Amino acid sequence: MTTTGPETPDKTPPSQTTTRDEANQPSQTEEQVVDTTTAQAGAAVVPAGAGEPTVVAHRTGMFGGSLGGDTSGYGGLDVPVLFPGASERPYGSYFDEVVDALQAAAPEAFAAGVERVVVDRGELTLVVRREQLRALVAALRDDARLRFEVISGVSGVHWPQQTGAELHAVYHFVSITHGTRRVRLDVSCPDEDPRVPSIVDIYPGNDWHERETFDMFGIVFEGHPGLTRILMPDDWAGHPQRKDYPLGGVPVEYHGATIPAPDQRRSYK
Amino acid sequence: MTYSGQHDPTFVGSRADDGAEYLDSVGTGDLYAGGDEFADSVDSGAVYTAGGGDWDQIVKDVATLGAERIVVNMGPQHPSTHGVLRLVLELDGETVREARAGIGFLHTGIEKNMEYRTFVQGTTFCTRMDYLTPIFNEAAYCLAVEKLLGITDQIPQRASDIRVLMMELNRIGSHLICLATGGMELGATTIMTVGFRERERILRFFEAVSGLRMNHAYVRPGGVAQDVLPEHLDQLESELPALRRGIREIELLLLENPVFKGRTVDVGHLSLTGCMALGVTGPILRSTGLPHDLRKSDPYCGYETYDFDVVTRQDADAYGRVVIRLDEIWQSLRIAEQAIARLRASQGEPVMVADRKIAWPAQLSVGADGQGNSLDHIREIMGESMESLIHHFKLVTEGFRVPPGQAYAAIESPKGELGVHLVSDGGTRPYRAHFRDPSFHNLQAASALAEGGLVADVIVAVASIDPVMGGVDR
Repeated sequence: MTTTGPETPDKTPPSQTTTRDEANQPSQTEEQVVDTTTAQAGAAVVPAGAGEPTVVAHRTGMFGGSLGGDTSGYGGLDVPVLFPGASERPYGSYFDEVVDALQAAAPEAFAAGVERVVVDRGELTLVVRREQLRALVAALRDDARLRFEVISGVSGVHWPQQTGAELHAVYHFVSITHGTRRVRLDVSCPDEDPRVPSIVDIYPGNDWHERETFDMFGIVFEGHPGLTRILMPDDWAGHPQRKDYPLGGVPVEYHGATIPAPDQRRSYK
Repeated sequence: MTYSGQHDPTFVGSRADDGAEYLDSVGTGDLYAGGDEFADSVDSGAVYTAGGGDWDQIVKDVATLGAERIVVNMGPQHPSTHGVLRLVLELDGETVREARAGIGFLHTGIEKNMEYRTFVQGTTFCTRMDYLTPIFNEAAYCLAVEKLLGITDQIPQRASDIRVLMMELNRIGSHLICLATGGMELGATTIMTVGFRERERILRFFEAVSGLRMNHAYVRPGGVAQDVLPEHLDQLESELPALRRGIREIELLLLENPVFKGRTVDVGHLSLTGCMALGVTGPILRSTGLPHDLRKSDPYCGYETYDFDVVTRQDADAYGRVVIRLDEIWQSLRIAEQAIARLRASQGEPVMVADRKIAWPAQLSVGADGQGNSLDHIREIMGESMESLIHHFKLVTEGFRVPPGQAYAAIESPKGELGVHLVSDGGTRPYRAHFRDPSFHNLQAASALAEGGLVADVIVAVASIDPVMGGVDR
């Protein structure tokens, strides 16, 4: 293959098909983003189309770093990042049982709060609204058919391109009573209003996890008894795990050649 | 010794009123507390006076201090805190009224760093988290990567058996360190030397197989970095009898030792209710009698095909946790022997997934000048096949792509449930890798274990959690 001419950003690159998409049009998925990720109190739940993947971000180009011009011809690459969409019943395994029990234990909260039920890679994920999080979590712990006694903590994920749902708090629960069943709750909040209700009074074991997620992502867990930084120093500025926070590092020089810091290198992504 | 100059009078907390009055009446005699010459530089800072005073005054001070609660900062540099752990203890005499743990002194941003490396390079980072259980960190991470890739059932049986063998030996090593350092914190230095000596037998095997005593980066997405050769197994089996004798030696030194029992029995009590409320897992949970072990209840790497028992105790105290750890060492040896037999039978089978788009292109081998890429592979990519060279280059520098999604993989580490929440955006690097480290989670129980006990029992309580600060702070 000879050298390509000037970049043609409008041309669809062939490697777009490498992601797991089911040939859905980008225009449809854009609408779906608005449907599923804008958390508004009291808004009617718009069920996402079953099986349709959710766009969570777009990846552009092929290389990280921006030092020098990208002469590879891949600079115009724009690939949607497609997460698995809502699943259809039967979910399989114990997932139907768990979803039914949760629906029966907290009917109002389930109707208003559960946006999507996603079964992917043998795991059950409930995408829930933050307003109903506490009611759903209390049902998860207290209902005899659910009985998720142990929390495995909360983890944050930052998706800067998801307008209105940039910050995600992802909870994992285990039920020992029912033979190590697991369920994941995915809660999102906008960057301008990064508040998620704390569940420390329901699951005391989530105390440090919420502090860590606050420390690393800036998600404010409302109602936490002492929401302070836990890993970083108290006077630290910024939240290091956010995507707009640089990794840091210094260029390394060796025999006259200089290698930039890891987040500045020209490398694949 | 008197204490004065704190501008906030409530700082002294629950000090008895008569004590405060006494101190006021005595007067601090502080030359500098009200001096103007330091007003700018000191600026409302505390002034401590550690001056003389005659014996009567010292006796009166002691009487005053005895009636008040004092706050003691223990650590982060303290030989009994298991690493850089800071404990803030509020003491009423010798009794701990409040205990609070301060962490973060060993935070190194491993999770953030992993977002800037390929999925394979991630193992070299996460292996350094809990540095006493490197194989477990790698295995949990690789299981999460494999779940995202959807190749969990394509991992060769021999690779799973090697993982089981390495994990169980690592469990023995971790428990030995727990007992060794726990003994040392109580002043039993013989336990420490024996524990470290026996662990070294396991590390020698790790070094022979992976090239490194610790931080192996041995378990890789798709399998393991290198096969376990028969001579490695011979070496391990020749060490096992001595290892058994050493573990028996620790048992004889510890289990019926009246001093040790006096320090640990009924100390650091945490009931099943407390464990459930705090989400505590591992030996602490099993010391309440609940046989929760992910190897049995949610098997991975083929643990369901191994024959072993879940050890429990009923007393929910520090002594029970020591006994559990010792018994788990014997169970781990049981599993390791089964794994050795399987590895002898499956010699020559692959240890890496068959998909060449995921599998690391080269296996390591030992040459005359040490460990390195196998010479056959070097010959192929440098001299025979241009396509092999391209493939090697692409896979090593770019890495493989992982379909978008999120996965959670949990394994039973020596300290409890070690979970990995891994998110991929379809690229060659983890979009987010979060480790639910059992040390981090269980250390929350330090307050519940220590409060109400004596200050000396704080050491025992924390040691019975077995926190490793590399894992707590990551």
